[in-house]
Amino acid sequence: MSKPRIAFFDFSCCEGCQLQVLNCEDELLDLLALVDIVQFREAMTEADWNFDIAFVEGSITREQDEPRLKKIREAAKLVIAIGACSGMAGINAIRNAMPVDKAKEIVYGNKKDAFESTFARPIDTVIKVDGYIPGCPIDRKDFLRTVQALLVGKKPPDHDYPVCQECRLRENECLLTVGIPCMGPITRGGCDAIEPTFGSPCIGCRGLVSEANIESCKQMLEKHGLTIEDISKYMTIFNSFQKEEKHA
Amino acid sequence: MPDHDIHVHYVTRVEGHGDIVCKTNNGVVEKAEFNVVEAPRFFEAACVGRAHYEIKDIVTRICGICACGHALASLRASEAAMSIEPSEQTVDLRKIVLHGETIQSHFLHTYFLAAPDFLGVGSVIPLASSHKDVVVRALKLKKLGNDISETIVGRHVHPITLKINGFSKLPDPAALKAIQKRVIEALPDIEATVDLFSTIKVPELYRETEYISLGPTNGDKEYPFYDGDIISSLGQSYRPSNYQQVCNEEVDPKHTAKLCKHKAPSYQVGALARFNNNYNLLRPEAKKIAEKLNLKAPNHNPYNITMAQVVEAVHVAYDLIDLIDKVLTKGIKEENNKYQPKAGTGAGAVEVPRGILFHSYKYDSNGICQWADCVIPTTQNVRNINEDMKTLVPTIIGKSQEEVSLLLQMLLRAYDPCISCSTHLINVRFE
Repeated sequence: MSKPRIAFFDFSCCEGCQLQVLNCEDELLDLLALVDIVQFREAMTEADWNFDIAFVEGSITREQDEPRLKKIREAAKLVIAIGACSGMAGINAIRNAMPVDKAKEIVYGNKKDAFESTFARPIDTVIKVDGYIPGCPIDRKDFLRTVQALLVGKKPPDHDYPVCQECRLRENECLLTVGIPCMGPITRGGCDAIEPTFGSPCIGCRGLVSEANIESCKQMLEKHGLTIEDISKYMTIFNSFQKEEKHA
Repeated sequence: MPDHDIHVHYVTRVEGHGDIVCKTNNGVVEKAEFNVVEAPRFFEAACVGRAHYEIKDIVTRICGICACGHALASLRASEAAMSIEPSEQTVDLRKIVLHGETIQSHFLHTYFLAAPDFLGVGSVIPLASSHKDVVVRALKLKKLGNDISETIVGRHVHPITLKINGFSKLPDPAALKAIQKRVIEALPDIEATVDLFSTIKVPELYRETEYISLGPTNGDKEYPFYDGDIISSLGQSYRPSNYQQVCNEEVDPKHTAKLCKHKAPSYQVGALARFNNNYNLLRPEAKKIAEKLNLKAPNHNPYNITMAQVVEAVHVAYDLIDLIDKVLTKGIKEENNKYQPKAGTGAGAVEVPRGILFHSYKYDSNGICQWADCVIPTTQNVRNINEDMKTLVPTIIGKSQEEVSLLLQMLLRAYDPCISCSTHLINVRFE
């Protein structure tokens, strides 16, 4: 049996998620034994359009991005969105709060019409996506777990539980108890609670858990003298893209 | 003589999206240029209205490769704006973090992005079977850089513990000691890297240009990465707060990045600019390596940026050993890193792997950002790359289309461009 062929693509992003793949230094050679990487512009010149799995990083911010993304979809058996920019527009969507034309005028002044840009959107507003690896950036282990699952034909883990669950397993002091607003209770886990482990609050880069228990979250916040507003200012760092914008 | 019509759409083995266009007609160069075609990302707009403690977490996302550099330039700008002076311990630990990033980025560039051209392959992947020892060494050295970041800031992309006026969590001294031991153990691998690059002959190109980098403040003896004034090889220096007089950014519709200019028609930033401007401040171990690589300051061949990175990697490795010694000897202490936000404008200038980086913010009295500006190394290099291409093409015009294309791509790669970084916006003003 020939090895599965995987490819990496990027749109508007920092390429930090692809760098996380290159940062799997201990596993990279083993990974190359299991799959053929046939496109990875950040790291290689060869560009083969015959592949099984496409990992796509970055948001869609221009109409000219769409045909390229559709071409990727047509070529791939599976498309996996990697990172917050690709899966939920992430940090790119902060600017959606401002009209595009206004933003361009501020940026490029009277030469604004030379630059094309629309709202920042996740890739699933343009194509069907088969899976997501969330996070800003993606977690290396999470990436490897996902590849492993896809190679044996299993569904990748979706970590649909709050960051707090992993934070407790790491025996961290809860930041809420010391009065630091933290999005852990409503943010999807799978990151080993890395931010709180290093003394910093979760800022929601993996998106919300599917059934965030807002009521119980409120009660817990109240117990610690915090309000939902205290943590909701973090909501707009990664989670400002609204579902209703999807087909706008 | 064959005419060339080259359009490299999305140059590979660089960070971000850029194109190279080259056209000649009857042996005359009509066009030889590098265009930034990355989608605009509007980071400075995203900062406006955000609180002082949120800014760093937003701007590190400008770039995955130099995330720590962006974080540090950002913190320095915020601290300058609010008149905060971080402790010596904070500064020393930050220098270690920056060195870790320089190591990881320089080895990523020299081995993974630049070396395949010299070894005649399209990427590092075929080398995994043909030159396995080289690839294993490259991965080991890159990992060392990453592990330095993980020990102090949680992860390299995107750093967690770096905060205004200190750290959200201090590193464990034992872990820092272990990192130091690994740096010492890596010295033979670094030596082998030098040996590998000493066998490589970079393409010829000679073009004198202006070199801009940090330089020492007040007779400081340190090769500056984290601290210093901005200096030009044409003889002028500025405080970081006057960075706009250095870069003079302007809009060109061909590029989503802006273009910069100081005294000469274009200027260069990065490892070779630092090497040329601050050669005397390099550690003796690094000077010895420069000699071995036949690199003398000033050097006017931009293909040597890669070689200057090798020299810097050696400097940084030895410097890391000393810096960690200093921190551990003094002992890592919990410090009070509280501060009061206040109104003000400030700038930070830091040497990131690809060159000098400026961040500047204006805060109101509640510490809410009113205006933000980030000037990226690659933005500053775009004009210089284009001038280099215009000088290069007439000297290679008789070569085949493939050779010309490869030499142009190698030139661009030498600059180690970070293109997603370079697209940003300036002058956001909210009334």
